[in-house]
Amino acid sequence: MGAQKKSATARVSEDQEELARNPLQAILLADSFATTFRPITLERPKVLLPLVNIPMIDYTLAWLESAGVEEVFVFCCAHSKQVIDYLESSRWSSQPNFSVTTIESHNSISAGDALRLIYERNVIHGDFVLISGDTVSNMSLTQVLQEHKERRKKDANAIMTMVVKKSKPSPITQQSRLGTDELFMAINPVTKQLLCYEDKAEHSKGFISLDKTLIADNPSIILHNDKQDCYIDVCSQEVLSLFTDNFDYQHLRRHFVKGLLVDDIMGYKIFTHEIHSSYAARIDNFRSYDTISKDIIQRWTYPFVPDILCGSSAIKVERQGTYRASDVTLSRSAHIGSFTFIGQGTKIGNDTKISHSVVGEGCTIGSNVTIEGSYIWNNVTIEDGCQLRHAIVCDGVIMKSGAVLQPGVILSFKVVVGQQFVVPAYSKVSLLQQPTQQDSDEELEYADNTSGTGELRSDKLNGDIAADLSETAYELGTGGVGYIWSVFEGAQDEEWKHSVAPIPKDKLVKLMLDKDEDEEQLTQDGNVLSASGELKADSDDNGSEDDDNADSRDDYGFFEKEVEATFLRAVHENVKVDHAVLEVNALRLSYNMASVDCAGAIFYSMMKLAVESPHHSASELHRNAADIITKWVKLLKSFLHDIDEEIEVILKFEEMCLESAKEFAALFPQVLHLLYDKEILQEDAILRWADEKEGADESDKVFLKSSEKFVQWLKEAEEEDEDD
Amino acid sequence: MDFQVVVLAGGSSKNLTPLVSKELPKPLLPVANRPVLSYVLHQLEQNNLKDLIVVVEGEDTALVVGAWISGTFIDRLHVEIAAVPEDIGTAGAIRAISHHLTAKDILVVSGDLVSDVPPGAVAATHRRHDAAVTAMLSSIPVSGPLDSGSSGGKDKAKKLGRYNIIGLDPGKQFLLHIATGAEIEKDARLPKHILRAVGQMEIRSDLMDAHMYAFKRSVLQEVLDLKDTFQSLKEDVLPYLVRSQLKSEALSNRTPQGEENGNEKVTSQNNQVFVSRILANSSTPSFHDHSSENPDGSAPTRKTHKCCAYIASSGSYCVRLNSIQAFMDINRDVTGEADHLLTGTSSDPNNNIGPSPKLGTKTTVGPHCMLGEGSEIGDKCQVKRSVIGRHCRIGSHVKVVNSVVMNHVTIGDGCIIQSSVVCSNVQLQERVVLKDCQVGAGFVVTAGSEYKAESLARKEK
Repeated sequence: MGAQKKSATARVSEDQEELARNPLQAILLADSFATTFRPITLERPKVLLPLVNIPMIDYTLAWLESAGVEEVFVFCCAHSKQVIDYLESSRWSSQPNFSVTTIESHNSISAGDALRLIYERNVIHGDFVLISGDTVSNMSLTQVLQEHKERRKKDANAIMTMVVKKSKPSPITQQSRLGTDELFMAINPVTKQLLCYEDKAEHSKGFISLDKTLIADNPSIILHNDKQDCYIDVCSQEVLSLFTDNFDYQHLRRHFVKGLLVDDIMGYKIFTHEIHSSYAARIDNFRSYDTISKDIIQRWTYPFVPDILCGSSAIKVERQGTYRASDVTLSRSAHIGSFTFIGQGTKIGNDTKISHSVVGEGCTIGSNVTIEGSYIWNNVTIEDGCQLRHAIVCDGVIMKSGAVLQPGVILSFKVVVGQQFVVPAYSKVSLLQQPTQQDSDEELEYADNTSGTGELRSDKLNGDIAADLSETAYELGTGGVGYIWSVFEGAQDEEWKHSVAPIPKDKLVKLMLDKDEDEEQLTQDGNVLSASGELKADSDDNGSEDDDNADSRDDYGFFEKEVEATFLRAVHENVKVDHAVLEVNALRLSYNMASVDCAGAIFYSMMKLAVESPHHSASELHRNAADIITKWVKLLKSFLHDIDEEIEVILKFEEMCLESAKEFAALFPQVLHLLYDKEILQEDAILRWADEKEGADESDKVFLKSSEKFVQWLKEAEEEDEDD
Repeated sequence: MDFQVVVLAGGSSKNLTPLVSKELPKPLLPVANRPVLSYVLHQLEQNNLKDLIVVVEGEDTALVVGAWISGTFIDRLHVEIAAVPEDIGTAGAIRAISHHLTAKDILVVSGDLVSDVPPGAVAATHRRHDAAVTAMLSSIPVSGPLDSGSSGGKDKAKKLGRYNIIGLDPGKQFLLHIATGAEIEKDARLPKHILRAVGQMEIRSDLMDAHMYAFKRSVLQEVLDLKDTFQSLKEDVLPYLVRSQLKSEALSNRTPQGEENGNEKVTSQNNQVFVSRILANSSTPSFHDHSSENPDGSAPTRKTHKCCAYIASSGSYCVRLNSIQAFMDINRDVTGEADHLLTGTSSDPNNNIGPSPKLGTKTTVGPHCMLGEGSEIGDKCQVKRSVIGRHCRIGSHVKVVNSVVMNHVTIGDGCIIQSSVVCSNVQLQERVVLKDCQVGAGFVVTAGSEYKAESLARKEK
């Protein structure tokens, strides 16, 4: 015991030494490689968007600094120049013991590309923290780093530790709070190893699938639906090289994490670390922007709150969570409600009511304005009588008097809303036109979002955009400037999920109903299952044989499909018979099948092809079958070594006639005869088949009866032979 | 306690041939020289669950079993014997005796369960949660009955096929998912809607369903009426109830509580719910209540029912006698490590050797052995880890290791019996060698023959 303790402490000190030798490094991806913040991100990178009046990246960097990270590599891609300029002018460029280095790229379209590039630069020398520049946290990294290192010592394959946090308890808010997709994780409760990660509605059925071997290996697995992924990862160096090895990995979670979980050859493992009291969340979309802003105002992220982060401009925190900069001009009759932030130099007129909102610097807000749950950035002018509810208003926007923003509206930079104009709910308005190439394929969306397009457009903005706009100005009322982006199909019903506006009640009801539907599907599925379950014997039976059968049946199904595909390719590409034989043989070996199975599968493919090729009558079908059989007789025969295999072909044919290709039912005797003529089937095989079937059920004998004559003839022929 | 107990004793079992016969049906198969059924009945008696229906397959079997029960438990238990046709499944059996069920809750126990888990605890758990169904789960014994011996070297995936995949809530009180390993072809499919409602689910593959269930009678009867194709409690009824627990179809047309006690007043119902909540130690309503609520917090629109689990503590003994291997293992365990199961029953607790055994000179009977009343053993014999029944005559120089020998067996001189089962009235002539064999009742093994891994039985009919 004592010795053990000693070694443990020794190890700790060793770790500390190691820490001292290798400064803790972090990779900060200053590009989310996503389009959720469009149209705003067409003009400014996401990491520089103000979150309670401070650029997001500042929260991330401040946290990294406080967590003991000494070297940060900021990877910038979209609008890289803006990011670099910002970092150079900010306080981060001159911090002691905290170096911020930027890595610029113009052609990376995903996190995978970014990490490959960083690998090439060869700047990471040990464990590092991987984070994106839109993460707000105040967690301490000591414990997770420690855990990671300990695990690495025991198991070199434990290359990554993911930070997760429990989300809010109510089933409805679980996913809706941050507007992210539902996330299911399976974690081993003892080792904390991540076993399954499912974040998209890709298996939108009401089931999660856990691989059998996982269950066999882990006697206890906890499936979580109540955890959120904080997108803070502690990685070992290998992670970078893995990205380089697997050049198709793009998305950190969807490709990398899942890829590792599925791949059991390399045996890399991912672990999780759950944080309880500290804060960590990533701004993924407008909804999480809203949620996290509120969390910051309510000081969950302490010490990363506005009044501490920007120490220079004195921001005072007042009662009810109201933050006010020093030189705000506030009318006496203006009412500032709870949890509101008012930035420097902002003027607010009479009888204006502001609550649960953030108002940036240098804004001018007129009289009788109502602002509720909205985010107003810098230098915005809001004239008298405007109403804003749950909207995001970017820098330089002008709202003419009486304009109304309905919930969920996004006004991008310098948009002008005309007098009395009502911007409909969930609209996104920008001076830039909506990019026309909208592709549902995410990979392409990444491509879309690269700096190239974005910057080109902003160049254009400075030039002739005014001319462009004059034509379409009516979109935003008289005197309005900007395009209302149309919501493209498919995303329409998703819009409310990701918007800043709270989810309306009817949508919540819909959410519940969706679940119901899931459930119904499920019960139906279940019934199907139990129907098959009934066939099973008494519960005394432990069912291991069933299991084996199920497995092999399944395998055979795959095998048959493969053979069919091979055969079709052979037909269409005129592959030589010998080659086809080779290919089928290869399949046979890889699926561990017998040549009986091959014969069955090939015959099946041939007949299927015959049925699927165009025909109008039974005789044409017969001719089709005859043609195909004649042409590929050699392929089939190379798998027919003995009578058993030939019988298998007959059985297969019978099965097809009963199930997949009923059209053949009428032609059964003819085709049987054809097969006999082509010397595919020997008479022994047919006779033995007939004998076997003799004892079967009546229903099984349909085909025997229909081919009775032929069998009879064969028998007689045989007898004659014997007589001779 | 207002619990009615249904003991599904079964009848002949294919898995147990040649051990069982018309004269010796499965419920009466001797485990440490007393019928396997007595273990369950004894446990029930201990837990004051005395209102029983013993369901037996086949009229003849019912007579035999009934005679034994009335002889043994007379005046101690209130037992009804019900005969049902063979091969109608466990659900079918309950359906057949449905009209006998009157109590509020029904405890269904498999008659072949040898266990020290108190059924009363399962019943109490069931009541505490006011559950629709409560299933007893036990951890898989380390050297499990199915695992040992011949099947030892199988790989994990196959092993999994035999066990259940069970989903539990974080408090390990509710049963959220159940599937037998055999149903799972490649991967386990777990229902998302339940997971959404609960938040997290623990998937265990190291638990087995011990075939002891407590059902709410109304629910059980309704499900059986509604789904007339259901054959098995374990494979149909229980998974169905678990699957539909957040959207209870079985109860959709009635109120779940108190409907059978027509005299119960509405107010007391509410009280009951309240009390049950306190008992459940949950000041916050469970997820069942959550998910039955509308998002705007209005009255519940959907019925839910609770499926609970009682997990036997890891030290407890819980094995079902459903194979020959299990039969041997249970015999060995009951005389050995799990001998507390024998205490309190009729026999003398510390001395497993019956009252009047006659042992020859230089004969050794090792520990963990049992020797029935009136048996005689000749000179220079060895008996190790074996059970020998009543009135057996064993010659000299006989070795019996790891075996079960039933009653009235004659074993000639110089026989060697290893890991075998020898049924009643068998005659083993001189120098017979048996290894891994089962010898059916009344069989005569001729002198000098050697058998290995064979099943010997008299040809009947």
